[in-house]
Amino acid sequence: MNPRRQKRLVAVTAFVLLLGGAIGAMLYALQQNIDLFYTPSQLIDGIGDKKVKPEVGQRLRIGGMVVKGSVRRAPDSLKVSFDLVDTGPIVTVEYEGILPDLFREGQGIVAQGVLVDKTTILASEVLAKHDEEYMPPEVAEAMKGIKHVPPSQLYKESDKGQQP
Amino acid sequence: MWGSMFRWLDPYAKPETLYHLCGRLLPYLMGLALFTLLLGNIWGLAFSPADYQQGDSYRIIYIHVPSAIWSMGAYSSMAIAAFIGLVWQIRVAQWAVLAIAPIGAVYTAIALITGAAWGKPMWGTWWVWDARLTSELVLLFLYLGVIALAGAFSEAARGIKVASLLAIVGVVNLPIIHFSVEWWNTLHQGATITKFAKPSIDPSMLWPLLISLLGFALLLAALTCLRLRSQILMFEQHRPWVRQLVDSMAASHQKEQN
Repeated sequence: MNPRRQKRLVAVTAFVLLLGGAIGAMLYALQQNIDLFYTPSQLIDGIGDKKVKPEVGQRLRIGGMVVKGSVRRAPDSLKVSFDLVDTGPIVTVEYEGILPDLFREGQGIVAQGVLVDKTTILASEVLAKHDEEYMPPEVAEAMKGIKHVPPSQLYKESDKGQQP
Repeated sequence: MWGSMFRWLDPYAKPETLYHLCGRLLPYLMGLALFTLLLGNIWGLAFSPADYQQGDSYRIIYIHVPSAIWSMGAYSSMAIAAFIGLVWQIRVAQWAVLAIAPIGAVYTAIALITGAAWGKPMWGTWWVWDARLTSELVLLFLYLGVIALAGAFSEAARGIKVASLLAIVGVVNLPIIHFSVEWWNTLHQGATITKFAKPSIDPSMLWPLLISLLGFALLLAALTCLRLRSQILMFEQHRPWVRQLVDSMAASHQKEQN
């Protein structure tokens, strides 16, 4: 390799390594801010070595699995509350509004809202998270025992008599 | 060692040779691309089974995933070309950077737009500032930055040099995009096929996805050939071989008319 090329090679490589290193260090420092949400155990036990906990009144996002049997709907409004879990502690989310189609018990969700007390969040937005697995319904039923009925069919039969 | 390994590439550093090579490859690449894209997408959109959770909405995966993967693939190719162009000062490699950048930008835009269209019915939102979505948006800005920088200097060679430097530095973003769903918690789900494990998608859905993936790759290659040809002509327009080419084309055109 001739010396001029070698010089350019070294210059370009050094430039890229320096900038790459700087960006890497920045991302490392910002690590906790890049996470989209707190998990229930992070919310209750705190994050990192210093166990930093969010304060009551803080706006935040929480992400976890909806605990089976914890969804409580108000009979006369869109108010709903449910529990979230990841590995241990449970956090309660209260929400008034329309839930996404994928929302159901056992599903991962991300809610944005205000921490009203240590383990309760008043959510203004609830988003559904889905995993990276895709399969036809028959396979899902055979492998996981999941039989998913879309909400549009879920309420059709039972609600017919009650609709005004 | 390096010299002998890449000696076979040397003739293609000559613009005229590369121009004709691209011209010969173009019809095959474009034909195969159209065939695989039609096959993969029609199979995926119309004939593969619906998903157990997401129903028919998941079908946008056949456009979203290939465009997202190749938005990163195009970026790596562009950065490699930029590196060769900077260090070895090979002009066709520098022009390749200009050829690939807009194609990659469009792939990135397709990935972002189809992702938003998928996010709304499934997640419940068009956009969320999680690490995956944000880093892919940064990729779009990197492409736009490369395009803008290349055209921002009155002296074309200078613009290409600065744009190439940006293209190379931007490579840092590629592992960030790929690993964002593992390093941080995000709304976006993890990787389905680009991992060292069995793809977490049923074979009946995987095949059309792989065919679409191949189709998007072939389309990228075909469009790159097409754009590289026009870049070569533009930068070499005053060279005798281009003049001869234009004269012979004009002659044959006249013959057709007579």
